[in-house]
Amino acid sequence: MKQAHFQTLDANEAVARIAYQLSEVIAIYPITPASPMGEWADQWAAYHRHNFWGTVPAVVEMQSEAGAAGAVHGALQTGALATTFTASQGLLLMIPNMYKIAGELTPTVFHIAARSIAAQALSIFGDHQDVMAARQTGWAMLCSNSVQEAQDLALIAHAATLESRIPFVHFFDGFRTSHEVGKIEMITAATLRAMIKEELVTAHRERGLTPDRPVLRGTAQNPDVYFQAREAVNPFYARCAAIVAATMARFGELTGRTYQPYEYHGAPDAESVIVLMGSGAETVHETVDHLNAHGQRLGVLKVRLYRPWDAERFVAALPASVRKMAVLDRTKEPGAGGEPLYLDVLQALAEAGRKATTAGAFPVAPVVVGGRYGLSSKEFTPAMVKAVFDNLAAPAPANHFTVGINDDVCQTSLVVDETFSIEPPEVTRALFYGLGSDGTVGANKESIKIIGENTGYFAQGYFVYDSKKAGATTVSHLRFGPRPIRSTYLITQANFVACHQPLFLQRMNVAECLVPGGTLLLNSPHPPEAVWQHLPPETQRDLIAKRAKVYTIDALRVARAAGMGLRINTVMQTCFFSVSGVLPRDAAIDAIKDSIRKAYGKKGDEVVQRNIAAVDTTLANLCAVPVPEAVDSVTAIRPPVPDGAPEFVRRVLGPVIAGKGDRLPVSALPNDGTYPTATARWEKRNLAVEVPVWEPDICIQCGKCVFVCPHAAIRSKVYDDAVLDPAGFLSVPARLPEWKDKRYTLQVAVEDCTGCGVCVDVCPARNKSEAKLKAINMQPQAPVRQAGIRNWEHFLTIPELDRRTVSTQNVRSMQTLESLFEFSGACAGCGETPYIKLLTQLFGDRMIVANATGCSSIYGGNLPTTPWTKNHEGRGPAWSNSLFEDNAEFGLGFRVSLDKQRQFAGELLQQLSGALGAEWVEGLLTADQKDEAGIYEQRERVAELKRRLATLNSPEARRLLVLADMLVRKSVWIIGGDGWGYDIGYGGLDHVLASGHNVKVLLLDTEVYSNTGGQASKATPLGAVAKFAVGGKPAAKKDLGLIAMTYGNIYVASVAMGAKDEHTLKAFLEAEAYEGPALIIAYSQCIAHGINMATGMQNQKAAVNSGHWLLYRYHPDRAARGENPLQLDSGNPRLKLGEYRAMENRYKMLGKSHPEAAQTLLTRAQEEVNLRWKLYQHLAAREWKPGEDPPETPVPAAMGAAK
Amino acid sequence: MNLETTYLGLKLRSPLVPSAAQPLTENLDQIKRLEAAGAGAIVLHSLFEEQLSLERRDLFECLEQGTESYAEALSYFPVPSEFHVGPELYLKKLARAKAAVRVPIIGSLNGATRGNWMDYARQMEQAGADALELNIYWIPTDPSLTALEIENRYVDILQAVRQQVRIPVAVKLSPFFTNFAHVARRLEAAGADGLVLFNRFYQPDLDLEALEVTNKVLLSTPMAMRLPLRWTAILRDQLQLSLAASSGIHRASDALKMLMAGADVTMMCSALLRYGEQHLAVVERDMRHWLEQHGYASLDQLRGSMSQRSCPDPTAFERAQYVRAVSSYPR
Repeated sequence: MKQAHFQTLDANEAVARIAYQLSEVIAIYPITPASPMGEWADQWAAYHRHNFWGTVPAVVEMQSEAGAAGAVHGALQTGALATTFTASQGLLLMIPNMYKIAGELTPTVFHIAARSIAAQALSIFGDHQDVMAARQTGWAMLCSNSVQEAQDLALIAHAATLESRIPFVHFFDGFRTSHEVGKIEMITAATLRAMIKEELVTAHRERGLTPDRPVLRGTAQNPDVYFQAREAVNPFYARCAAIVAATMARFGELTGRTYQPYEYHGAPDAESVIVLMGSGAETVHETVDHLNAHGQRLGVLKVRLYRPWDAERFVAALPASVRKMAVLDRTKEPGAGGEPLYLDVLQALAEAGRKATTAGAFPVAPVVVGGRYGLSSKEFTPAMVKAVFDNLAAPAPANHFTVGINDDVCQTSLVVDETFSIEPPEVTRALFYGLGSDGTVGANKESIKIIGENTGYFAQGYFVYDSKKAGATTVSHLRFGPRPIRSTYLITQANFVACHQPLFLQRMNVAECLVPGGTLLLNSPHPPEAVWQHLPPETQRDLIAKRAKVYTIDALRVARAAGMGLRINTVMQTCFFSVSGVLPRDAAIDAIKDSIRKAYGKKGDEVVQRNIAAVDTTLANLCAVPVPEAVDSVTAIRPPVPDGAPEFVRRVLGPVIAGKGDRLPVSALPNDGTYPTATARWEKRNLAVEVPVWEPDICIQCGKCVFVCPHAAIRSKVYDDAVLDPAGFLSVPARLPEWKDKRYTLQVAVEDCTGCGVCVDVCPARNKSEAKLKAINMQPQAPVRQAGIRNWEHFLTIPELDRRTVSTQNVRSMQTLESLFEFSGACAGCGETPYIKLLTQLFGDRMIVANATGCSSIYGGNLPTTPWTKNHEGRGPAWSNSLFEDNAEFGLGFRVSLDKQRQFAGELLQQLSGALGAEWVEGLLTADQKDEAGIYEQRERVAELKRRLATLNSPEARRLLVLADMLVRKSVWIIGGDGWGYDIGYGGLDHVLASGHNVKVLLLDTEVYSNTGGQASKATPLGAVAKFAVGGKPAAKKDLGLIAMTYGNIYVASVAMGAKDEHTLKAFLEAEAYEGPALIIAYSQCIAHGINMATGMQNQKAAVNSGHWLLYRYHPDRAARGENPLQLDSGNPRLKLGEYRAMENRYKMLGKSHPEAAQTLLTRAQEEVNLRWKLYQHLAAREWKPGEDPPETPVPAAMGAAK
Repeated sequence: MNLETTYLGLKLRSPLVPSAAQPLTENLDQIKRLEAAGAGAIVLHSLFEEQLSLERRDLFECLEQGTESYAEALSYFPVPSEFHVGPELYLKKLARAKAAVRVPIIGSLNGATRGNWMDYARQMEQAGADALELNIYWIPTDPSLTALEIENRYVDILQAVRQQVRIPVAVKLSPFFTNFAHVARRLEAAGADGLVLFNRFYQPDLDLEALEVTNKVLLSTPMAMRLPLRWTAILRDQLQLSLAASSGIHRASDALKMLMAGADVTMMCSALLRYGEQHLAVVERDMRHWLEQHGYASLDQLRGSMSQRSCPDPTAFERAQYVRAVSSYPR
């Protein structure tokens, strides 16, 4: 019976289930790693799943976390049970409301997947910096350490908040717990019923605002009473810990799972104790057990109730024997006397010492030290726990230490014996290296379920992902064992390792983590007898030394034969079960087939059949590889970056690329978050299976391929005939008249190309004898790689054209300009990056970018490398990301600052004009910098200025020397996605545009929150399916451009390069040239549209042809000339909206799930498109006569009578 | 004037039947309008198994791309509670059509695999179809396939379906066989209750500027009726099964010719797309008018009156006629 209550799931889902059951209003907003909780809630509500009381909760997506907190506050104040989910900056945005909610003694629970805070850099990973930033708000804080606890404490929090009237933050470690898949015992409806007291719900409701019992809440108070009123809540806080303890006890009686607010585990006579909270506590628990079994007397105190801090209970939970304590904080509070939990412990002990009556008072006051660990999901292992205990054992334990890093700057770090491992023998540990696209993670999640459901084993799955979106590597860490698994750290001692992609063998030693006698499974294209020699020597050595068993399969061949394409997941899963012995082989095969039917049943029979065929053909193709006695490798592990890379790239970024970033010491890293640009070029990722190959004779040199390439991996150069071409380097006479006597080369960076195929799709030139061939055609990368590398290196040595000679007025010519954005980690075929690349081609040497958090900040600024780069003069875009919500303001700050400095430079120039020459100074100050030539000349003048200033010895001259470069025009670009511009940052964007300052906004509109996984934004079109809009978005897309136009002084353009590239170019040039604010809204196809990304530019075209996306430019200068400022640049819609929508699964999938609703929404959407088109036609056709009074309108009779 | 006819054993009030075409029977309102305009029966547009399969593949591949790769976005779409990626929507439509109108509803099926021909046929019967039309739409391009193998495939499919359902089954096929009369007889022997003459293949075209193959559908003209007219007249006297004439029937005169040649029903598509469902009523009115003017007592009297055997010049339907036709063309 009990078995039936076990399920395998992650903490986000487990917590969302409880929160959903116990809420009536749920306000959501996406933020990693909490987004899935909101997604689950929204999805369940869309499918009319009932909560505990039999009603479907109202789920509302807000524009920001601040909005979500406000909505929850309102819902609570009117008597509903309300909740939300968030993390990191999201929690920070909720803080103002949290004070209010607590001040009003309002029961609620916010569930937090605790995450780092953006400081020197953003991090999506787990630590307690966010929740610690909310500890002062008056909320109770309950911490869960595991998936099981996250579910259980979620319920305890909901029950305790109702009873205590103190709002609760329930938190658990982001990713480590939120995303860990584990087998847990589920809470039953009976338990829910027994835990939630109906009378407390009623009491909450009765406190709600209603005109039927009107009260006033939220007053303003004065010095006379505010203080007293603030103190009036104290009794509630005094009771809270007891309520939590009692609630935990009640829960224990119902479920058999007992928790304490402060829970001690370990030797009853322990002298050394570690105090901490979160997932790390489980690792300490496990390590304490291990060390105690080896004769030590140690303990761990798990803090579950962090606020209200109950010092007495805390002290009482400690054994009286304790002499030394290490308090570990998973947070950092620079400048503080210690981290928060450490200070709280000191306070508890100090006050306990003063109270003679305190139970558990110690004969000798314990020594207490504090340390930091685990920031941004940094590993926290048994070896580190041992290091902490070892430190306590020292005569003078280090205080304010760090553990898990090498702090060679302030020497805070403890020395860790990395060989120390406590992995118990009864736990099977398996490690899988895969690619995102090969389905490895999905298959492993299924494997965990199979084992969880088919055996009595407990199972744990944790997945490590890449920071790139294209060609991402995944590492799956799976544990199976007879007891609940407390190992909250990655596997470094694996019984089984699978390498799902042959290319990893050249990047790392996959046998490094294998235990002696372990099993290595390879997917290899080589026949079994040739597999061994293709392993690098390091791997061979390890396999020989460890007497490992090695198996191989050509999984790609088996998968392809079964009709599965590149999805080798089922093949490799079958091999895993076959050789790992976790389940009997036949039972495993049956279980895999069952899971295939369950997982793919919805997708149609042929998908199921293909997968089952793959299972059936796998075992016949799986071979053992004999391990010889000697190393005889014909291959080697490639260095992560070439030897020719700059020192910082080799020393710091190289190890990060190689997955060895954990070993970098503190001194290796910039202390203020500043990194060099131009680093992506060193990370030769070789992702593409196929790359474009140029046919010079067919090419018409139109530049379209270069224009659309999302990764700047295909480039053109025009150069003097004199440059000698090495053998095999292709070039032809340049075609444009102004390029007479020059040569033209179109070159592919084969190692940097992702193989997306967009360039080939847009190529308009066809072979006249064989029309399927174009001027570029996709061909396998491997055979052309070596020549491609040589040619690319030569291509880089060819000088760029003098920018002054290149016309920027047409795509053909300007596409020879150097891109200062290259090889980003964006998805293959990304629709955003070509726009950014274009910006850098046009203005890159003088631009400074404020980038909103989102896809563009990730592919632009996520370590290890950045695609932002610089030209041969060392100039290029300067880039920064502040936050998600403040990007427009951040960019405005750039502008105001640059303008101020330029103005000051001008003032200094005036002051020095006597020494510098008045006329020359005048020339500097009034230079026309509207085009490349003007900027070039101004730079020359500034260089001369610096020379002249160097000869002057005055404070003004020295100041001006520093500011001189400000005299050259700087272009400020504010870049972000629709989640930023339409939703969270809209208020700021609106204000900044309205300010009239000369800032340029590039809004990359994917019509969905792309970076967090496809949640609806206000840019999402009516009827499109997205997360948070499961039934198709019911409201039309916000017309941001139209709103901006109402100000009159903002340049506004709506562009789609796939529809009209010249229009995009024109808009970019006009926007930059305009002396005022500009907004460009750029249609960007996205993987979240469910489209074939290779042909994404066709989607852009269809979007415009159907009228879904309009092309227009609104130019205030035209109005100043007496012309209508709005030019509608796209023609009459000539495609039915439905025909465009049929190209995209974000629309089509609704037809498959809710056909009637899909039809209704399509009809409405077509009407909306028709009306919008007519409106724009009208606006663009208006006679522009601002001086003319509006015609008199007759006053309606009724109003006239009133007069 | 009695226009009644029997097709596939079903008694129809009129021989005018809209043929299987997506744009004609897209929604329930259209189906009701067709009935109101006098349709004798309604053939629903085809369930294209291959298309379902392709759509399914496209849908799931597109929904899966990029998933489980990047920590912030482990998926990009919500998981729908249900996906109608099989024949469910078609079957639902069929059942609703059946409930909404009184005329017989004929389900149309275009399969790609043997297994699904059978499954889908049975499901259509269960959903209430009065009869089935098997739309065998296949262009053999493998030069090693013999005529016999090709014909056998048609017969196999028919037999497989025949064993699954009790309702009448018609076969809609192309005329491109070595000996169409032989194929028709084999299909009758294999249990076909009727033949629909003919399937119109959408022939490809070339775009001279884009250098692409295009597939723009051209609506038929009355020219297209000559081929089914010939074969209706020939087969009428050879076979007992029902004959439906399709292609190029736009006016009452076209329908009357087909009926005279021996068709039990005439199927219309292009004309209805061009002039709307109401055009059915116009054709019916004109047909009645002609029959009355020419003193026919009923449609039955006219049916087959110009079949190969009944017409004044049976050789006119055979190949020899070709030479004379060309020579009689006005210069």
